[in-house]
Amino acid sequence: MYNFEYAKPDNLETAKSLMAREGAQALAGGQSLTPTMKQRLAQPELLVDITGLPELKGVARVDGGVRIGGGVRHVEVERSAEVQAAAPALAQLAGKIGDPQVRNRGTLGGSIANNDPSACYPAAVLALDGVVSTSNGRDIAAADFFQGLYETALEEGELVTAVTFKAPMRAAWMKFPQPASRFSLVGVFVAQFADGHRVAVTGASESGVFRHGDLEAALNTGGDLDSVAVSPSGLIADLHGTPEYRANLIRVQAKRGAAAMV
Amino acid sequence: MPQVSMTVNGKRMAGEVEGRTLLVEFLRENLRLTGTHVGCDTSQCGACVVHVNGDSVKSCSILALAADGAEVTTIEGMAAADGALSQLQEAFRDYHGLQCGFCTPGMIMSAADLIKSNPNPTETEVREWLEGNICRCTGYQNIVKAILAAAARMRGEADPDFAAFAAE
Repeated sequence: MYNFEYAKPDNLETAKSLMAREGAQALAGGQSLTPTMKQRLAQPELLVDITGLPELKGVARVDGGVRIGGGVRHVEVERSAEVQAAAPALAQLAGKIGDPQVRNRGTLGGSIANNDPSACYPAAVLALDGVVSTSNGRDIAAADFFQGLYETALEEGELVTAVTFKAPMRAAWMKFPQPASRFSLVGVFVAQFADGHRVAVTGASESGVFRHGDLEAALNTGGDLDSVAVSPSGLIADLHGTPEYRANLIRVQAKRGAAAMV
Repeated sequence: MPQVSMTVNGKRMAGEVEGRTLLVEFLRENLRLTGTHVGCDTSQCGACVVHVNGDSVKSCSILALAADGAEVTTIEGMAAADGALSQLQEAFRDYHGLQCGFCTPGMIMSAADLIKSNPNPTETEVREWLEGNICRCTGYQNIVKAILAAAARMRGEADPDFAAFAAE
């Protein structure tokens, strides 16, 4: 790992001024960033440890949903009574990320700011119509936030302060894990709201997390998901699976999710 | 160079580190607490698991400076001062939960965190919890037995009947 300067501010204002410096990089739980830096794939000059910011903490019920601070760790989401009441599938998703030690460190904000194409959280943010609040005072709709592989709407130095999820009538998270990395080989989050279903897919597309309109339409009309054509076009091809394999998994996991929704 | 201080196994420790110094490097190289192992160094194997403020974490994936001011417990802190093993360590010995022993410190630290949050885990819960701890010798059977036995003993109960395991 290349060396760097380290700072751990205790409030958001100080963090923002540090993040404005040239070569600054935010460090949340560090479960992706630390391994990346060890491989010398990232070389920040200043690491701003944001795990001590009180503004990024806390889980609270809000009208029609639940607001989770960007610095809230996966284990806290998994065990949160507020999350379990508003969206049990979201608590289940948090409880299946990585392994217990990753969940003890990794945070919601860190996961979605990184936007790994196989990360779990982006699927929940998209399926539960999430709104991402940032340190620049912006509220960004999920559909605008995720912009491709490791790309988000965040500007230089901008931090995720919270995500507000809508509480669904029913939802389920169906993760098909890649057993070595424990990321989703294909993960499908199915949610039902009064105005219809939302189906978000992670791990499968070369462009990152996405919604599958045809699967949503089939669920809205009570149709058979087996009759939905899931195109392999644009899906990831790697040693773990072909695009055709992933396309089939998307339909299978969506079907399982629809049957398992609570 | 930056200064770091933390309480390790109940003792106040301080030292000079670089920004990039990992917690495991500080523990092993500065403090000479070599019971915490580095296996894969890519946060897959769990041999480096220690407790930071009561939570199990991979010490190869956290900076020493990020643990500044924290309470850290390593495998060296599990036995009593007179060398008497903890119940978890005792159960690993009784059930032969190790062969080469390389993964054992991480297994013990991870299992201790499980039993703290879930004093009565099922076999499935133990196996799922060990997702981040890789053992290449045992096939996990005796590790799982040891953890279930330790949890039972900590609840003041007798060891579980492992006949079903033996039949597998």
